[in-house]
Amino acid sequence: MPSKDWTVLDFEKPIAELDEQIAQIRRLTQEQGIDRSEEIAALERDRDRAIEEIFSKLTPWDRVLLARHPKRPYTLDYVRVIFDDYVELHGDRLYGDDHAMVGGIATLENRHVVFVGQQKGRDLKERQYRNFGMAKPDGYRKALRLMKLAEKFRRPVITFVDTPAADCSVDAEARGISESIARNMMDMSILGTPIISVILGEGGSGGAIGIAVADRVLMMENAIYSVIPPEGCAAILWRDPSKYKEMAAALRITSADALELGVVDEVIKEPLGGAHRSPEAAAQSVKSAILRHLEELEKIPIQKLVDARYKKFRSMGVFEDISKKKPHKEELSEPEAQEDQCEA
Amino acid sequence: MSAAAWFKSRVGADRQAVRQSVDALPDGLWTKCPKCNEILFSKELEKNLRVCSKCGYHYRLTAWERIQITVDEGTFKEIEAGLVTVNPLNFPDYEAKIERDKLKTGLNDGMVVGLAEIGGHPVGLGVTDWFMGGSMGSVYGEKVARLFELATSRKLPVVMFTMSGGARMQEGILSLMQMAKTAAAVARHSKAHLPYIVVLTDPTTAGVHASFASLGDFIFAEPGALIGFAGARVAAQAGLIERPANFQTAEFQLEHGMIDRILPRREIKPTIIKVLDFCMGKEVTSDAE
Repeated sequence: MPSKDWTVLDFEKPIAELDEQIAQIRRLTQEQGIDRSEEIAALERDRDRAIEEIFSKLTPWDRVLLARHPKRPYTLDYVRVIFDDYVELHGDRLYGDDHAMVGGIATLENRHVVFVGQQKGRDLKERQYRNFGMAKPDGYRKALRLMKLAEKFRRPVITFVDTPAADCSVDAEARGISESIARNMMDMSILGTPIISVILGEGGSGGAIGIAVADRVLMMENAIYSVIPPEGCAAILWRDPSKYKEMAAALRITSADALELGVVDEVIKEPLGGAHRSPEAAAQSVKSAILRHLEELEKIPIQKLVDARYKKFRSMGVFEDISKKKPHKEELSEPEAQEDQCEA
Repeated sequence: MSAAAWFKSRVGADRQAVRQSVDALPDGLWTKCPKCNEILFSKELEKNLRVCSKCGYHYRLTAWERIQITVDEGTFKEIEAGLVTVNPLNFPDYEAKIERDKLKTGLNDGMVVGLAEIGGHPVGLGVTDWFMGGSMGSVYGEKVARLFELATSRKLPVVMFTMSGGARMQEGILSLMQMAKTAAAVARHSKAHLPYIVVLTDPTTAGVHASFASLGDFIFAEPGALIGFAGARVAAQAGLIERPANFQTAEFQLEHGMIDRILPRREIKPTIIKVLDFCMGKEVTSDAE
């Protein structure tokens, strides 16, 4: 029964039930040869209305669940649709090949590009093989190696972000997980070629930003982008892991939040009911967004592009400069004191 | 302004009161080492740069104490002290915590940046205080970026003492972006062939360790300092159970090739001067003469 299917989220159950009804009628149609297309069409309308209704009321925590949805398309699912052709390349030339980070060369409508991205696994075996999409230093160094290849041959870079976090095992620490993420951000900030990043699912903290210092950062409607998982943050800050739903709201991790806070440039709308209900359509939306931005970026001279990239990240953050104002001292402590978006 | 006057202007009696209640035994004359329990004469401890004379434990320093033992006397001039935190996410209880730590430290933020001289070399200097766990939010990241930009425009080396629990959770994704911002500022400074010296002090973890703290041309650390990617509580959340005894220490990082040297506190300044001499082209003089 669909309601016991672990790949169906609680709030998706009414949708799954309607899906099941529709599928049953379709089966009967085939077996009995009776035309029940009107009935099916009516049920499909009901289902789509149910989806719209449910999705208009999603909480931030529901978005977390969608971003981690077991059926959500992963990086290589997008790669297969977006690119006409691709060749995966392996290894960091230093230690090994990290299966949680994939990358290679690809063609995209008469263009040659380099792609990199975290890769999650679908079943238990593949999940372990992909380390749940948590890359080690070897993965970040593989990504940087490929990005430098792109720079050398003047090809744009497309990165796909989908990771709960970078790997924090003893192994990862011993090979310098911090250094690898820091180095990627530093070198990406001056990489002499256009970079577009797409947050596909989980934009998990340092693990995400380690491949997301880009000229354009796009984000799927139901993806999340966060400095820390809400569960961990509730446990650490409120010492109450049960408050993860409240924390998901407080941390402002949805695509709408990220857009409002100025950390992403565009939110890519997902198919009705989420990317997993129509992975092909989701990938087509991503493809057209990538193409649109690439066309813009390709017109900009490299040095201007790199300068603009610096200014973009340079301007992120909100604070106030009290040395620039000359008010009376009392005014300084007022909470409604105006916020100052810093400028580069 | 002299260094001492600067200190006095920023830190009131509150600070002294907190310091004494936390660190010292009731009469304030004696202090117990938290590592070996040795009872230390407070004045001797200060003279020894707050390092336990018995076991070598390095006490955490305030930003001011660090500046005082690092720069040539009277040369530190703070910049960007007027940058203050707002609450961009309207995160619950954030303002109250900021106010508490302002009172506790006498600072507006944990990151203190400025210009100074070390061994006669003019440098950009960043030091950190235990403000909101040394965490990096918008103000912290902005100060680091401005320090690197000023140093780049004035062709100065940057010397950075780090002490941080990571990105500041209360500013959410904006804190994460400070990692990219600071790393990008280091990149531009580095491209200008200017030296960047990092001294990792206890603790340097997570978002700070995974950004500008790991990007020095020279990376040193104080003995026994906690240094690593996942903060202790995050690692616990992730279920990291089996780990070597020295996991995420300065010693572990040295063993795995992540830092240049471990420097006992007394050796930090002389080593920084040697590095600055090397980078900034001071003529080599022979010790034999």
